[in-house]
Amino acid sequence: MSEIIKVGMADLKTCKAPDGVTTLGLGSCVGIAIRDPILKIGGLAHAMLPDSTRIKNNTNAYKFVDTGIDELVAELVKQGASKTRLVAKIAGGAQMFTFQNKSDMVRVGEQNVMASKKKLAELGIPLLAEDTGLNFGRTVVFYPENGNFVIRAVGKDEKVI
Amino acid sequence: MAKIDLNSENSVYFDVLKEIGNIGCGNATTALAHMLNRKVDMSVPQVRLLDFKDVGSILGGEEKIMAGIYLMVQGDITGSIMFLLEKDSAKSLIAMLMGTTPSEGELDEIEQSALKEIGNIITASYLNSLSSLTNLSIYPSVPALSIDMAGAILSVPAIEFGLIGDKILLIENDFSEGLNGYFILVPDLESYDKIFSAIGM
Repeated sequence: MSEIIKVGMADLKTCKAPDGVTTLGLGSCVGIAIRDPILKIGGLAHAMLPDSTRIKNNTNAYKFVDTGIDELVAELVKQGASKTRLVAKIAGGAQMFTFQNKSDMVRVGEQNVMASKKKLAELGIPLLAEDTGLNFGRTVVFYPENGNFVIRAVGKDEKVI
Repeated sequence: MAKIDLNSENSVYFDVLKEIGNIGCGNATTALAHMLNRKVDMSVPQVRLLDFKDVGSILGGEEKIMAGIYLMVQGDITGSIMFLLEKDSAKSLIAMLMGTTPSEGELDEIEQSALKEIGNIITASYLNSLSSLTNLSIYPSVPALSIDMAGAILSVPAIEFGLIGDKILLIENDFSEGLNGYFILVPDLESYDKIFSAIGM
């Protein structure tokens, strides 16, 4: 029987096939799923803010996109994954509320997505697919077995990327 | 330099925010009673300091459908305030306000607009009490509404709390008749200092 491991906000978890990792109700936060397709191990990070270097209070590495991805990659490598084989998919980064004057804070979802792409590019990890932006929350499940990233949203059909 | 520490429930600052929450909820309840033209009771609000990862579960799960009304705050203090309630509670409130029976399915445009107005009045009365307590001027923006999964809605204030710490401050207010509402007030870092110095801390 396979197990689905839950990832909270500002958290990350890894697993081995046939298990999966999930995070519920992803809003402006971004979910970054990375796997090694040969070993079929993978993980999911639920990051809240784009950049740890711009915040003084940055002890929780999982809270940020940049350090969160670093930690996730380090964890997978520790479990035997090859850095050169890693591939990624991302979801989330929605803008839940719309205001007339768009401040930086309101656009944090978009920034999280951009930061994820930048960090993955820096590490040379290909981004295979994404389901990001717009204005709704997403529940995601990632299966390192086949790399399927299942996305559910309220009032929408389930989607696999 | 900010002197506050919001990562501990023992901090005196937490007590102050708790008290502000109590007074704010009292005012909001009165406003709600006026608006609905009926008696509304409330229990003592619960003030909780939560880890990010526990936020969703306390509201009945990250995937529970909730309505969040979110306003930016400007003036002497800046930040944001959110009033959050279960979708069913939102529907009962709207029905009470409009003198109809709760509708099925999605909220139509008029219902959404009514809900925004409810959020507007409730948060404004909450902010009023903070304003008169501190003598600071506080102006809320027009409200924005989202009806979605609790986790997704809460990610917005959680991210703002994330800028200053690793916890989120949640004020739960039980109104009578099974209406359950939550307040989340997120002043930015300098505003916390302003609030505390305004009341002589």
